[in-house]
Amino acid sequence: MNTPAWPDALYEELLAAGVKQVAYVPDAGHRRLIELAHANHHLKAVVLTTEEEGIGLAVGAYLGGERSVLLLQSSGVGNCINALSLPAECRIPLLMLITMRGEFGEFNPWQIAMGQGTRPALEAMRVIVYRVDDAERVVETARAAATVAFETGRSVAVLLGQRLIGAKVFRK
Amino acid sequence: MSLLERRAVMSQLLRSRGDALVVTGLGSTTYDAFAAGDSPLTFYLWGAMGSAAMVGLGLANAQRRRRIVVVTGDGEMLMGLGSLATIGAARPANFAVVVIDNGLYAETGMQRTHTAHGVDLAAVARGCGFAVAETIRSQAELDGLEQALYSGAGPIFAAIKVSPEPTRIELAPRDGPYLRSRFREALLGEDAHR
Repeated sequence: MNTPAWPDALYEELLAAGVKQVAYVPDAGHRRLIELAHANHHLKAVVLTTEEEGIGLAVGAYLGGERSVLLLQSSGVGNCINALSLPAECRIPLLMLITMRGEFGEFNPWQIAMGQGTRPALEAMRVIVYRVDDAERVVETARAAATVAFETGRSVAVLLGQRLIGAKVFRK
Repeated sequence: MSLLERRAVMSQLLRSRGDALVVTGLGSTTYDAFAAGDSPLTFYLWGAMGSAAMVGLGLANAQRRRRIVVVTGDGEMLMGLGSLATIGAARPANFAVVVIDNGLYAETGMQRTHTAHGVDLAAVARGCGFAVAETIRSQAELDGLEQALYSGAGPIFAAIKVSPEPTRIELAPRDGPYLRSRFREALLGEDAHR
């Protein structure tokens, strides 16, 4: 498997945006970013049991004066719904980077419902949604999302499309 | 032995808070904390059930030199039980979670929670790697916790068994941006608006 360059560039962009806490539920598409976060002792990398924990963490981080990012897979968006009311009601920044499943080239039928429901579910909870399918646009999209989230106090999600991260391959 | 009373418990725990940062869970613990005396450094949750402990962890990560205390109810804690594992893995030394445990969902008609069916939250916290995890039933034990909460090495967990007697609702402020901004101004000063 060839290693794409965009996760390293995305990591640098998050550092430039002032992110200090990186919360995640692991996903193959976030593997590199998670490794980099753990390797940087100036960052607090927090492994979660479920994605909604990351919403509370982001709120606490902001109250304490730190910026954070939440890394998750599209299936985890469904776990976040009620928790999203917290940053929305308090107008506290939330930046989510979401790797997509259940769309472009998906093999597993069980991923389809949440994958197709990811954007409408986020939008129903007043999250601003950007999407990127082209490796060359990952950094600029993350930068735009971070600016809107941190400067305007909104919840912003970047969907990293399956065309970008590659559909998971199952060998029969 | 008579059961501890939740309002008295909250008042006792908060009287020693000093400059600690406090997060309360929606429902009774938010009312209890407000009844005990308002502070800009108390962040009252009014929703997002199950999130209180994680808000505390984000704060503890950001403010390593301050003490962070989450006080929540048994129902709220049960909804975010996985967060005890997350806190156990992160092991923040400046952090404590206190559950005011009446064994009831008081907001919704006094239905029994899992703790009333024998679920032991302190055992869960101990299994998750909290440095201290105990169940408090007596005044003497509460006196000990009051000291340890703000000085002992964390993460600390305590479930305090309290009387199921209903208490008056004390309406804490519930405007989110107000609670956010007053907290950040009190903690960060001018940096709150950068």
